[in-house]
Amino acid sequence: MENGDKIVKLRRFHQAKWDEPIIFELGNKGERGILVPQAEDRIKETAGDMAALIPAKLMRKKAPALPEMSQGQVLRHYLRLSQETIGADLDIDIGLGTCTMKYNPKIHESFVRSPKMTDLHPLQAEETVQGILEILYKMEQFLKEISGMDRFSLQPGGGTQAIYSNASVIRAYHDANGEGHQRNEVITTIFSHPGNAGAPSAAGYKVITLMPDENGYSDLEALKSVVSERTAALFITNPEDTGIFNPKIKEYVDIVHKVGGLCAYDQANLNGLLGITRAKEAGFDMCHFNLHKTFSSPHGSMGPCCGAQGVTEKLAKFLPVPMVEFDGEKYYLDYDRPYTIGKLRKFYGVPPVVLRAYAYVMSLGAEGLKDVAELSILNNNYMLHHMLQIPGCSVPYEEGKRRLEQVRYSWEKLKEDTGVGTDDICRRTVDFGVQDYFTSHHPWIVPEPFTPEPCETYSKNDIDEYVGIFKHIAHEAYTNPEIVKTAPHNSTISQIDPETLEKIEKFAVTWRAFQKKQNL
Amino acid sequence: MSTKRSMVHPYMPNSVPEVKNAMLKELNAASIEELYQDIPQSLRLKNPMNLPKPILSEFELKKHVESILSKNTSSTEVINFLGAGCYQHYVPAICDEINSRSEFLTAYCGETYSDHGKLQAIFEYTSMMGELLDMDVVSYTTYDGGQAAVSSLRMAGRITNRREILLPGTINPEIFSQIEDYCKKALDIRLVDSNPLTGQMDIKDLKRKISSKTAAVFFENPSFLGFMEEQVETISSITHEYGALTVVYVDPSSLGILEAPANYGADIVCGDIQPLGIHMHYGGGCAGFIATRDEETYISEYPTYFYGITTTKNTGEYGFGRALNYRTSHGSRENAKEYFGTEAGLWAITAGVYLALMGPQGMQELGETILYKSNYTSKLLSTIPGVKAPLFQSSHLKEFIVNFDETGKTVEQINKALLKYGIFGGKDLSHHFPNLGESALYCVTEIISIDDIHKLVSALKKIVEE
Repeated sequence: MENGDKIVKLRRFHQAKWDEPIIFELGNKGERGILVPQAEDRIKETAGDMAALIPAKLMRKKAPALPEMSQGQVLRHYLRLSQETIGADLDIDIGLGTCTMKYNPKIHESFVRSPKMTDLHPLQAEETVQGILEILYKMEQFLKEISGMDRFSLQPGGGTQAIYSNASVIRAYHDANGEGHQRNEVITTIFSHPGNAGAPSAAGYKVITLMPDENGYSDLEALKSVVSERTAALFITNPEDTGIFNPKIKEYVDIVHKVGGLCAYDQANLNGLLGITRAKEAGFDMCHFNLHKTFSSPHGSMGPCCGAQGVTEKLAKFLPVPMVEFDGEKYYLDYDRPYTIGKLRKFYGVPPVVLRAYAYVMSLGAEGLKDVAELSILNNNYMLHHMLQIPGCSVPYEEGKRRLEQVRYSWEKLKEDTGVGTDDICRRTVDFGVQDYFTSHHPWIVPEPFTPEPCETYSKNDIDEYVGIFKHIAHEAYTNPEIVKTAPHNSTISQIDPETLEKIEKFAVTWRAFQKKQNL
Repeated sequence: MSTKRSMVHPYMPNSVPEVKNAMLKELNAASIEELYQDIPQSLRLKNPMNLPKPILSEFELKKHVESILSKNTSSTEVINFLGAGCYQHYVPAICDEINSRSEFLTAYCGETYSDHGKLQAIFEYTSMMGELLDMDVVSYTTYDGGQAAVSSLRMAGRITNRREILLPGTINPEIFSQIEDYCKKALDIRLVDSNPLTGQMDIKDLKRKISSKTAAVFFENPSFLGFMEEQVETISSITHEYGALTVVYVDPSSLGILEAPANYGADIVCGDIQPLGIHMHYGGGCAGFIATRDEETYISEYPTYFYGITTTKNTGEYGFGRALNYRTSHGSRENAKEYFGTEAGLWAITAGVYLALMGPQGMQELGETILYKSNYTSKLLSTIPGVKAPLFQSSHLKEFIVNFDETGKTVEQINKALLKYGIFGGKDLSHHFPNLGESALYCVTEIISIDDIHKLVSALKKIVEE
C-alpha cells in the first residue's frame, strides 16, 4: 500500500477464533478447579456443629449453579478468551484517542506484583507500611510540581471519580462560605469529557453546556452570558477532544472567578502539556490527572485506576481523608481534617497504580516528561498530515492549524461519497490487527467522528502502518464498499445483532437471564 | 525538544534525532515547539519542573523502587487478623496468571469485535455472580463496594421516588462516610438502633422510623461488626409493607454457605468482590457489584456499563456489546443515572476466574472452613482472663469483636505488643464505636492455621498478664 511516498505493507491478520463456549457449557458435575484448606477436626469439635453456628433461615438452601471445572480447563478457557482480545501490548493502539494508550513498562508489573505491594492490608500499622506511604507521599509532591497545585488526593478510583471529587469539594467550599444554596450551577463544554457533566450532576448541580464556535471551542461571550451568582464552577478540558488548545483559557477562568465561581481543569489526559503549561499558570483552582493515561499505568480492561485530584491551598482542607503526611522521620495517615468531604472510596484508592506512576516519573524526570509531551505532539501532527491525504477524511475547525496530542477527524465526506460511515470503518480496522477505535462520546457534534491519539510510545513506522490501514479502507470504500460494510471478516466473530442489546425485553447480562428469555 | 541533549529513551522510539528531524521536515517545521505555538507564552512554564533526576537504566530503577518497597511488611510475613472491608484470602495462582495476561491487563474500552474475549469474560463474571447471588441482573464493576452501596441507595431513591434511607448504626464507617457525601443532595439519612447485646437491628426502632417517605432499608450481612443479621425476613417484610426497598450489602465469599439475600427479600444486593481471588493491594483490590431482579424499573436505574449477550450472523455464535447505554453518563451526560467511569474491570475478570475455579463445592468448603476457624478462635480467646469474644451474642462468620475492657489495656497497646510477636491484631474500633469500649474487630479467613490461632492466643495471654 502506498502512503504518500511510503510503501506500507498491511498485515494479513486473523484474530484468534476459538469458538469458545460460554463457561457454563464446560466441565462436568464433580470436577474441581482448586481445593481449599479444611478446618482440622480439633477445630470443628471445639467450634461446634455447623447447624448450630448458622441460624437456619440464613443457611444456604440451594448451592449456587457455578461451573464445575478442573484447573487446566479453567486456565485454557481464560487463555483462549485472552487471545480473543487485542490488548495495547499487542497492537498499534492509536485508535482509542483521549485515553493515551501508551506503552506500560513491564518492569512496573514486577513492582506491583511483589508481596510487598499485593499483600499489604490497608489497616496495617503505619510502621509496617512506610514504603508504600513514602511512594504515595512522594507522588503527591511530583504531581504538585507537574500541576502547580498545592495538594493532591490520590483516593479517587478513576478520572470521573476525580471529577466527582472536585464537584464535592466545590460544594463543600461554597457551603462553608454560606453560598451553597445559591450556587447550584456548573458550566462545561460539549467537547469536555461527559464526566464533566455527569459527575457534577450526580453531586446535585444543574449543568449548563457550551457549544463550540468555528474555532472549535466556545466563545467567551457565550460563557459571559451564562455566568452569574448561581455559578458554582466551570469544568473544562483543554485541549478538548479536537486537540485544539484553547488559547483563551485564562480569560475563561477569569470570567468565572469574577462571579465567585471555581474552575476545575480536566487534565485526565495531560500527555500533550507535560512540562509545557500547567493548571496553575492558567489560574485554575483544581485539576485532575488520570495516572492510568499520562502516567502509564495499564488500563486493565477498564480499571482499576487512579484519578489524582489536585487543588489550591484554599480548597485543600476539603479533600477526602486520609492525607499522607511526613513528619521528617516517618510517613503517616492524617484523618484529623474537620472540613473534609469524607470518603469517596474505601481506604486510599488504588495504591498499585500510584506505584507504577511513581516509577514512571522516576524513569523520565522533568526533561523526559517534557519529551513525552513534545513527541506526542510531533507524532500527532505527523499523523494528521498523512491522514489528510486520504480521500474522504477531514478535520473540522481551524483548517490547516496544528493540533496538540489528538485530533477529532470526520469521515463525513467519505460517507456522502460511498455510504461507508465511521462505524463501518471502525469494524473494518479490526481486520488489520488493531483495536477498534474511539469515535466520539455522545452527542456526535462532528459527523462520522474518529478520534485517534498517536502518543509518544508509537514509532514513525507504527504511525505509517496505522495510516496505511485507513488509506486502504478508504480505497475500499470507493471501490468495493460492501467489504467495509460487512466487516469484520478476520475477527473472532462476525457482525452481531445489535437489537438485542437495546431492547429491554431481550436484554441479558447473565447466562441465566439469557436462557430464560431464549426459552420464551 | 532540547537540542542540547540527544537522549534516546527506550519508551520513545521517535526520540532518535534522525527520525524526529525527518518527521519535522515532512511537516515543514523547524522545531517541535513550532507545532504548539498556539499555547500562549504567558501560560508556558518558564523553568524546567523541579523533579528528581531520572533513573535511566531499568536495573537501577528496579533497585530504587525495590529498596522503598522493602520497608513494607507484607501480611504474608506475619499472622494477619485484620479485615474490616479488605480481606486476606488465598489467591489461586490462576487468578494472577490471567490478570497478568497482556491482553487483559492492557486492554481498555475496546468493543465487540476487537475484544470479544474480554467481553465474554465480563459476561461470564456477571453470570457467575448472578448464580452466587441468585439474581438475574449484575452490574459491571464499580469503584468499590462502597460505591456499589451508594449507587444502590440512590437507585432505590429513584425507583421509589422517595428521599429517606434507613441505615443500621453498626454500618461500616467508611461506607457511611461515602453515603453521606454521595447522597447529600439526593437522600436523607436516618440511623436505626441496634440491640446492644446482640448487634441485631432493633425492630421496634425500625418500625418507629420507617414511613411512607422511606426509600430503602439498608443492612450488611454479615454486618461490618461481624455478626449475622438474623431478622432478615422480618426486616424485609416491614420494609415492603411501607413500599420501600430492601438493600443488602453482602460478602460474596460467604455465599457458599449463607443464603443469598434475594431469597430473604432483598430487592437490591451490593458488595465488594475483593475476597474473590483478588489481593488486598493496600485496599486497591476492592471493586463493587450491584445486582437486582430482571425488571425494567431496576435495569433502567443502573449507572454502570452493561455488557449484554447477543447473536451474530453465524448460527450458534454469540457476541457481546454494551447494552442500554443511554442510561450512562457516556450516553446522556448530565441526564444520566448518576455517573460512571473507568472503574475496576480487571478485578471482574479475576473474580470470574476465581468462581470458576471454586465452583459450588469450593465456595461451600471455603465458607465452612472460615466458619469453623473463626468460631474456634473466638472460643479460645474468650478463655483469656479479661477478654470477651465474641462481644455480641449472635452468630458470626469470619469477623467478630474482641473486647479488652477488663484487661485494663487499650486496643492500641495490645496491637502494638502483638506486632512484636509478628501478629497484626484486629482493627481498633474504639474511635468509631466508642460505646463498645476497648474493642477490636478480628478477622479469621481460611488461610489462618490452627498454629496461627494458638500463637495469637498465647501472645494475648502474655500481653494481658503483663
